[in-house]
Amino acid sequence: MTTHDEHAHPELGFWRKYIFSTDHKIIGIQYIITAMAMAVVGGVLSMLMRLQLGWPGTLWPSLENIFPTGFAGGVMEPGFYLSLVTMHGTIMVFFLFTAVLTGGFGNFLIPLQIGARDMAFPLLNALSYWTFLLSCITILGALFATGGPPLGGWTAYAPLSAVPAMGPGQGDGMTLWIVAIALFTASGLMGGLNYVTTLLTMRTKGMSMMRLPLTQWALFITAILGTLAFPVLLAAGILLTFDRIGGTSFFVPAGLFLADGTLIDHSGGHPLLWQHLFWFFGHPEVYIVLLPAMGIASDILSTFARKPIFSYKMMVYSMSAIAFLSFIVWGHHMFLSGMNPLLGSLFTLTTLLIAIPSAVKTFNWIGTILGARIQFTVPMLFALGFVSTFISGGLSGIFLGTSASDIAMHDTYFVVGHFHLVMAVAPLFAAFAGIYFWFPKMFGRMMNMTAGKVHFWISFVGVNCVFMTMHASGVAGHLRRIYDPTQYAFLEPVYGMNQFISISAFVLGAAQILFLVNFFASIWFGPKASVNPWNATTLEWTVPSPPGHGNFGPELPVVERWAFDYSVPGAKEDFVMQTEAPARVESS
Amino acid sequence: MASGSGTGKVTVPGAVLGVLLFVFVLVSVWMLSTERFWFVDLASEHGASVDTVYVVVLIVTGVAFVATQLLLAFIVTRYGARNGERAAYWHENARAEAILIGGTAVTLTVLVFLGQYVWYQIYFTDPPADSMVVEVTGQQFQWVFRYPGDDGVFGNVDPALVTVTDPIGVDRSGAGADDILVVGQMHAIQNQPVLVRIRSTDVIHNFHLPHMRVKQDAVPGMTIEVGFTPTDTGEYEIACAELCGLNHFAMSGMLTVDATQAEFDQWLEDQLVFQ
Repeated sequence: MTTHDEHAHPELGFWRKYIFSTDHKIIGIQYIITAMAMAVVGGVLSMLMRLQLGWPGTLWPSLENIFPTGFAGGVMEPGFYLSLVTMHGTIMVFFLFTAVLTGGFGNFLIPLQIGARDMAFPLLNALSYWTFLLSCITILGALFATGGPPLGGWTAYAPLSAVPAMGPGQGDGMTLWIVAIALFTASGLMGGLNYVTTLLTMRTKGMSMMRLPLTQWALFITAILGTLAFPVLLAAGILLTFDRIGGTSFFVPAGLFLADGTLIDHSGGHPLLWQHLFWFFGHPEVYIVLLPAMGIASDILSTFARKPIFSYKMMVYSMSAIAFLSFIVWGHHMFLSGMNPLLGSLFTLTTLLIAIPSAVKTFNWIGTILGARIQFTVPMLFALGFVSTFISGGLSGIFLGTSASDIAMHDTYFVVGHFHLVMAVAPLFAAFAGIYFWFPKMFGRMMNMTAGKVHFWISFVGVNCVFMTMHASGVAGHLRRIYDPTQYAFLEPVYGMNQFISISAFVLGAAQILFLVNFFASIWFGPKASVNPWNATTLEWTVPSPPGHGNFGPELPVVERWAFDYSVPGAKEDFVMQTEAPARVESS
Repeated sequence: MASGSGTGKVTVPGAVLGVLLFVFVLVSVWMLSTERFWFVDLASEHGASVDTVYVVVLIVTGVAFVATQLLLAFIVTRYGARNGERAAYWHENARAEAILIGGTAVTLTVLVFLGQYVWYQIYFTDPPADSMVVEVTGQQFQWVFRYPGDDGVFGNVDPALVTVTDPIGVDRSGAGADDILVVGQMHAIQNQPVLVRIRSTDVIHNFHLPHMRVKQDAVPGMTIEVGFTPTDTGEYEIACAELCGLNHFAMSGMLTVDATQAEFDQWLEDQLVFQ
C-alpha cells in the first residue's frame, strides 16, 4: 500500500476547498446543489404547465407581468406552453436526475464506500462538474433565446428540430439546447470513465466486487451504460447541427415545404434515423437514472429493515441484465413511427424480457423487508415509496411495451403517468432517501426529521394523485403535449380530472419547498451528527461526519465482510461493520 | 431459515403507510376500470382486438399490482421494529426466486404472443381488395385528404405546384386531373374498409382517429398505409398525436362515416366545386 499523505496536507482556503475543489465529496455536493437549483426551475415550469392544463384559456394578468410574451394578453401562448414541455423534460431528465444520481451520489459515495481516498482522476472529476455547470447555464440560456426556447419536446424529433424555420424556438433556442446537451454528454463521459476506473482499481483491501454495497454496483453498471450511450447522443447532436447549419441532410428528406410554400433545401435524409439514434441513447438513459436509484433504495431498505438484502447475487445479475437489455429495447418508443412492424414484434419481445429482471428486483426488495424489524426513518419511508411507485410505473410499462395495446396508449397521458412514476418519481424518492440518509455524512449535521416526515407523506399521496390519475386520463384518450385539451370534444370526461391533477401537483410542488428549506437550514442549524447515526455497516460510517480530505486515517480500512450483516445471530449488536473481522463477531 | 427474535409490531407510521397503500390500490383499481374514464366509444372493426389486448394486460398487471402493493402494505404494517428485537437473518431462497421468475416469464410470454397475434392481424394482413383508398397528408397545422376521383388513381404531387387552394401541389395534367382535395374533412362508408395512405410535407405528425383505434405517425419522406373498417355512422374527431410545432393542439379534423354509398358520393360531388 502506498502511503498517502493527502489527508495530512495543509488547510486550503475557502475557494480551493469549497469552490474549485478536486475533493470528490465537495464535487458530489456541488452536483447535488446544482441539480437542486435546476430542479427548482424544472419544477416551476411544470407548475405553469399544470396551470394551463387545469384551466385552459384563463386570464392570468399577474403572470403577464412576469412573462410578457408567454402570457401576452394574460393568456398562456401555445408556443410558451410547448417550450415549458420541452424545457421541463430536458432539465429534469438530464440536469436533475442524471446529475444528482450519478454526479451527486456517484462522486460523493464511490471513494467513501470502497475505501479510497478520492477518485482515480480528481482533476478530471472537477472538470466534469464545471462542464456540467456550463451546460446548465447554456440550457437556462435557451429560456431567454431570441424566438424563445425550443418547442419540439425533450426528444427533439427531426425534421422539426433540424429545420430552424419550422417553428419559433427552433432557431437559437434549439441551437443552445444542442450545445447544452453536447456539454452535458461530455461531462457525463468524464464522470463515467472516472467512476469505472475508480471502482475497478481503487477498492481497498478485502473489498471484492461481490462485497460492494449495491449502490456501488449500480453506479458501476450505470457508468458503463453512460460511457456507451452518451456518445451516441453526442454524435446525433453533431449530425443534427450539420443538418441545421452545414447543409447536410441526415434527417431531412426531399420535397418538404413550409406552410407558406417555401421549399426546404434538403434531400436524402430520413427522420427515423434521428429516432433510432436518440432512443438508442434514450432508453439506456432511463436506466442511467433508474439503476443508481435501485442501488440506493436497496441499501437503505436493508439498513432500516435491519435485515440483509434478499439475494444479493440476483440483485447484481438483474442489474447487469437490465443494463444489457436496455440497449436492445429502444424500438418500443417507435412502434407507431412507421418503422417495419416486424421490428415492433422484436422490440415487444425484448421489452417484456427486461420486465423479468425488473420483477426480480421487486421480489427481492419485498423479500428484504419480509420478516424485518422496520425502522420508519425518513430515508426508509422514501425507499418504501420508491418500491411502491416503481411497481406502479413498471407495471404500466407493460401496456406500452406490448405493441398492440400501445396503439391505444401511445402519446397519451398514460405514457406521461408511466414514465413519471418509473423514471421521475421513483428515482426522486430514492434521491430523497439518499439525501436524508447521507446528509449527516455530507455536512456533519442531521436534517430535521419531523419536516422530513411531513415532506414524505405529502409527496407520497401527491405523486399518486398526480400520476395514477394521469394513467386514467390517458386511457380516456388525453393526448400528451397538447396545449389545450378543450380543443377536442372527446376529451370532455378528463377536463375535471385535469383540475384535480393540477391541484394535487401544486400541493406536491409546495411540499418540495419544505425539503429545500430543511436541507439548507440543516447545513448550518441541524443537530450534530455522530460517526454512524443510522447504525449502518458500510465504510463511510467508520469515519467522522463529515470525513476530512483523504477520507480515511493514515491506514485505509480493510474489508472483512459484505455490506448487509444486519441482525446476525449471536452478534453483539444488530449490525456488523464491513471492517469487522469474523472472529471478533463470533467471539462476542 | 432462521427467524428473528420476538414478533415485530404494528407501528404508527407502518400502519399509516399500510392503510394509504390499501386505499391507493382501491382507488387505482376503480379509476382504471370505471366506465367513466374508459376508452372513447369504439367504432371500428379491428379496434375491438386492440381493446381486448388492453383488457387482458389490464387484468394480468392488475393482479400483479394489487398483489404486490397489498403485500407491501401488509409487510410495513406487520413488521415494525420493536425495541431490542432482531429481524430474521436469511437472505437466500433459490426455490422461491425460481418460482417467481418462472411465473413472471411464463405470464409475459403469454402476453407477448397474444399481443403479437393482434399486431400481426393489423399490420401483416393485406387490406381487403375493395378498400376505399384515401390519402391523408399532415402539414403544419392541418390534415389534407385526397380522394383519387373516378379513375381510382392518385396524380403525382410536386411542391412547386403548391398554391393557396392546393396545399399539397397535385399535378393536374395527368391522373391527378380528377383528384379531389378536402382540408380537415374525411368521409368513409359504414362497414366498408378504408385504406389510408399517410404522408407529411414538413414535420412528423400522427394521424389519430381515437374512436377507430387508429394512430399512425405521418413521416415526411414516407408513405405509410393503415387500414380500418368503420362500424358505426356518425362524426368522429381526428387529432394529431405527435408534437408537430406551435399549433399542434389545434391540428384537428372530422371523420364522417356515412350510412350509404349514395350519401358518400353526394358529399364527394359537393367537393368538386372547391377543386
